[in-house]
Amino acid sequence: MAAPAPLAREPFDKSLLLVAPGALFMLLLFVYPFLYGLWLSFTPKEGGALANYAHFFSTDNLWPTIGTTLKLALPATLINVGLALPIAFKMRLKTPYQRFVTTILVVPITLGTVLIAEGMLIYFGPKGWLAQFLQFFHIYDGPIRLTHNFTGVIISLVVSGFPFAFLLILSYITGIDPGLARAAATLGADPKAQFRHIYLPLLAPGLAMCFCLAFVQAFSVFPSAVLLGSPAGPTRVISIAAYEAAFELYDYSLASAIAMIMGGVQLIIVVAVLGLRNLFYRGPMVGGKG
Amino acid sequence: MKHDFSELRLDRVTRRFAGHGGAAFNALSALTMTIKRGEFIALLGPSGCGKSTALNCIAGLLPLSDGSIMLDDVRIDTLPPERRGFGMVFQNYALFPHMTVDRNVGFGLRMRGVAAAEVATRVAKALKMVQLTGQEHKLPGQLSGGQQQRVAIARAIVIEPPLVLMDEPLSNLDAKLRIETRAEIRRIHTELGRATIYVTHDQDEALSLADRIVVMKDGVAQQIAPPEEVYLQPSNLHVARFMGYRNVLELDVAGQDGDRVTLAGPGIKLLGTRKLPLTNGRAAVAIRPEEATIGTAGDTNAIAGEVTNVEYGGRDSLVDVRTPGGAVIHVRAPHPPRVGEATHVVVPVARALVYPVN
Repeated sequence: MAAPAPLAREPFDKSLLLVAPGALFMLLLFVYPFLYGLWLSFTPKEGGALANYAHFFSTDNLWPTIGTTLKLALPATLINVGLALPIAFKMRLKTPYQRFVTTILVVPITLGTVLIAEGMLIYFGPKGWLAQFLQFFHIYDGPIRLTHNFTGVIISLVVSGFPFAFLLILSYITGIDPGLARAAATLGADPKAQFRHIYLPLLAPGLAMCFCLAFVQAFSVFPSAVLLGSPAGPTRVISIAAYEAAFELYDYSLASAIAMIMGGVQLIIVVAVLGLRNLFYRGPMVGGKG
Repeated sequence: MKHDFSELRLDRVTRRFAGHGGAAFNALSALTMTIKRGEFIALLGPSGCGKSTALNCIAGLLPLSDGSIMLDDVRIDTLPPERRGFGMVFQNYALFPHMTVDRNVGFGLRMRGVAAAEVATRVAKALKMVQLTGQEHKLPGQLSGGQQQRVAIARAIVIEPPLVLMDEPLSNLDAKLRIETRAEIRRIHTELGRATIYVTHDQDEALSLADRIVVMKDGVAQQIAPPEEVYLQPSNLHVARFMGYRNVLELDVAGQDGDRVTLAGPGIKLLGTRKLPLTNGRAAVAIRPEEATIGTAGDTNAIAGEVTNVEYGGRDSLVDVRTPGGAVIHVRAPHPPRVGEATHVVVPVARALVYPVN
């Protein structure tokens, strides 16, 4: 008996080549600069390889920026996800208003952070429209300080971050088969219980993902911390420290080290949240055969 | 929520939807019927006939536009679904994908605040009833279609609802499993002793399962009757067509004697039985292929024609006979003639049902 003919080789899938431009782009504009920065951070102006990191964690106007940034980014992220969830939940059904409301909510995405900051300075400033309105009607007569402080940056982070969180959660929610909630209703679950037992557990992985993205976005806050906060004090975020090192002290090595620390903190939070995500069900969100 | 009842009364239950251009249309028009405890009701009709709308109205998933639903002396159409306490089996099962089989089945009980120990016993009992013992800790995604369907049934019946609503529960199963599960559903219905409303587009399912069939078309109940009656005495031409009276010939009325009607057409003279008063000189006769036979010119009620097609079907074959007027009559025959032969189709007078046409 002759040896069996070798099985046909799987032909090379040429469409894989479509990945090449993207991969090249990533390599040149992300991987290389990242590795370069990492290397740079270990070659300080003076001292050993870890001198920059030692300097960061022993200098009083550097290491607290981690806490300052977290204090801004975590609440802003929680507010964004927390606000987006109920609104997206309400918007999950096709209604005549859905498109209108979604459009209104998403508009801030099209505005840059600097534009938002300028607008907020005019609107929320001590002599802004909001202050004038409140004082004119004697709703609130005290001084109104919503800019150039912590609150200003939080408001700005919410304005710019909310649309992302909203769109992301909306897409997760609309992916859940509404038949599941109907089934739960026939089994005695009122709308509250339907949300708690059906929507929330199915949404949890999506919420975790949304939290991560919103957090990373908020953690790298820079323009609004400068324009709307008090960059010398309570909103001296880690990106400001990196900026100062790079462009005021011209110490690129230290700036790289700060950027690496920034990335490290983000990574820790993201890994922790995605770890929690694995505790939840992460399969298809329909209940049976379509 | 009560677990026992004697009857469910639907009174002119109507559901309107806004159609294209704002014109409202009735997806369900004035459905009136009384369902007794222990009854198995099938809502039968083609897609878009309003049968699922009716079921959703009863379940509370769609508000009524008009009419009322009473469970004994309690008006329930104003209650949300979670307070009606009916069990429902959905066409796509709608199992909770993130819950194991036992959590799915126990969901309704937990929503009712039943103690954990009792939930466990009742879930085990329900799973035994649908023969899924041993699958408790699997997720729905790990089960086959038939198993998922049985989880859906267990989940609906474990709460011991007065009424179980089923929306085409077998349409996603293959033919063999469909027939097995059909028998299961009837057995479970009998075991529970409550009422079941079952939506289907399959006459065989409706005929084999139901105590009474509601045949629907365009949102209107055409006939509400036991299976034998719907099968043998369709109340109108729509029902007849849907129940397998494949031969519908429109002919001239040549004479009437009581409910005996003589019909005539090109090359056809036929004696039939009138089911409804005839309104004009034309009438339609409906004949089931399996109730006509191949005969000879000497037989009463014989229609001459030529065999144009024979489809082998095992025990008998489906024979197409074209009359001189061009109409094609389908007949089931155990010993079919050959294609091209001249033959005669013989129809029993009592089984040639005559309906008016407009």
